[in-house]
Amino acid sequence: MPITKSFQDEALQAALLELIRQTSTQLPHDVIKAITMAKKAEKEGSTASQVLDAILRNIERAREKVTPICQDTGTNIYYVSLPIGMSMRRVEKAIREATREATRKAYLRPNAVDPLTGKNSGDNTGIMAPFITFVEWEKPAIEVRLMLKGGGCENVSIQYSLPDTSLKAGRDLDGVYKTVLDAVVKAQGRGCAPGILGIGIGGDRSSGMLLAKQQLFRKVDDENENPLLATLESRLLKDINSLGIGPMGFGGKTTALAVKIGVAHRLPASYFVSISYMCWADRRKTMHYTPEMVTYD
Amino acid sequence: MIKLTLPVDEKMVRTLKVGDEISLNGRLVTGRDAVHAWLAKEKPQEIRDLLQNTMIYHCGPVVKKKGDSWEFVAAGPTTSIREEPYQSTIMKEYGLRGVIGKGGMGKNTLKTLQKIGAVYLHAIGGLATLIAESVVGVHTVIKLEEFGTPEALWVIDVKDFLTIVTMDSHGNSLHDTIFEKSNKRKQELLKKPFTL
Ligand code: SF4
Repeated sequence: MPITKSFQDEALQAALLELIRQTSTQLPHDVIKAITMAKKAEKEGSTASQVLDAILRNIERAREKVTPICQDTGTNIYYVSLPIGMSMRRVEKAIREATREATRKAYLRPNAVDPLTGKNSGDNTGIMAPFITFVEWEKPAIEVRLMLKGGGCENVSIQYSLPDTSLKAGRDLDGVYKTVLDAVVKAQGRGCAPGILGIGIGGDRSSGMLLAKQQLFRKVDDENENPLLATLESRLLKDINSLGIGPMGFGGKTTALAVKIGVAHRLPASYFVSISYMCWADRRKTMHYTPEMVTYD
Repeated sequence: MIKLTLPVDEKMVRTLKVGDEISLNGRLVTGRDAVHAWLAKEKPQEIRDLLQNTMIYHCGPVVKKKGDSWEFVAAGPTTSIREEPYQSTIMKEYGLRGVIGKGGMGKNTLKTLQKIGAVYLHAIGGLATLIAESVVGVHTVIKLEEFGTPEALWVIDVKDFLTIVTMDSHGNSLHDTIFEKSNKRKQELLKKPFTL
């Protein structure tokens, strides 16, 4: 039987609530591994090493107590893949309901404020909140990827339009390299370093940023399929970590845990580099849903 | 690691230097946007004793009520620079010995720290649970009804709350030093073009 028939709104909603709970209270293994490795790289007893140690203890305690890893549970960003024929509106409704419930259960802090009235909706729903992107795919299952993107790191995210004369950055990979270093120096520790950088080359101002954020769904230790971008990623990571900004900007060897780059076709007239900074509290999770089985990764 | 117990006097605070790791103990108060505006504009009398020689923590906590008492559930720092327009006035007016937050503050605050003998302590961003666990007691809460939980002024007792001095009373800022160093390194790196 196709999923569109056997699919139940309540069951999906419950599965989504669990997705939110796990995302907010458990950091992905690859991120924990990267922070653990970063701690080992810092000198024992140094401020940097103590900060990373406290971060690791906080991650552990949040998991044990089932409380949010960071109290800023961020913008809720969803990427949803739907089987052919599945209603987007039904899934969106389930997401909004699960979001309200998750806020009541304190997995999420009320984080949706109307910019005109200053009023907080109180339940994380509102205009474009949560932010959902739908695509259709071949499989008879629903895949929901969720990212909680904090405000501190979103505030240091940035977009460059090349060429940039002040940086002598042209419309090529060298130009991209320069803007990324510049962005990291501008951010200092304010995005709760060590961070993960999602970078979009090309697109327009909005698709470029979306692309940058999509990169943040990649595992910290994966390798870019494009060898050119893989080289740029590893070179950038190495050079960023030679800047000495360190955890929280107190100084140290670990300023970034990973750099992830994607590309999109651009207009001949534009060359954007969009940089999305994700804090160490890199909360993301993927749910694979069929009426028979739900898995989380 | 230096153990610092609040309230604290000027002499002790002046011994602290940028980069010092501080284990903070004793009584302090939380405050963010609403509290800062209130303290600066209305100059309430009734809480002067509470603020004298202690520090204000930029934090909007998540709090749980347990019978008659309160428990802190999440208590990470919030971005300090938003309070820059008020901070100097408030520190001088109420005799505060410092500010705790994240991201550092501006030139005015740095000048005031130097003038009155106070420090800026940087907490670790995102440490919601761990910092909440270092809050061992909630003494009282002020303006809870009016400002709401995250914005209210919570008077709390902390134990072993880990922070770093990033702005001291000698005019030094770790934020400035790290910025200059990293910017210099960036200039070096930018000289070499990126090629495959
Ligand atoms: S930037 Fe991230 S870790 Fe820092 S306060 Fe915001 S959500 Fe938390």
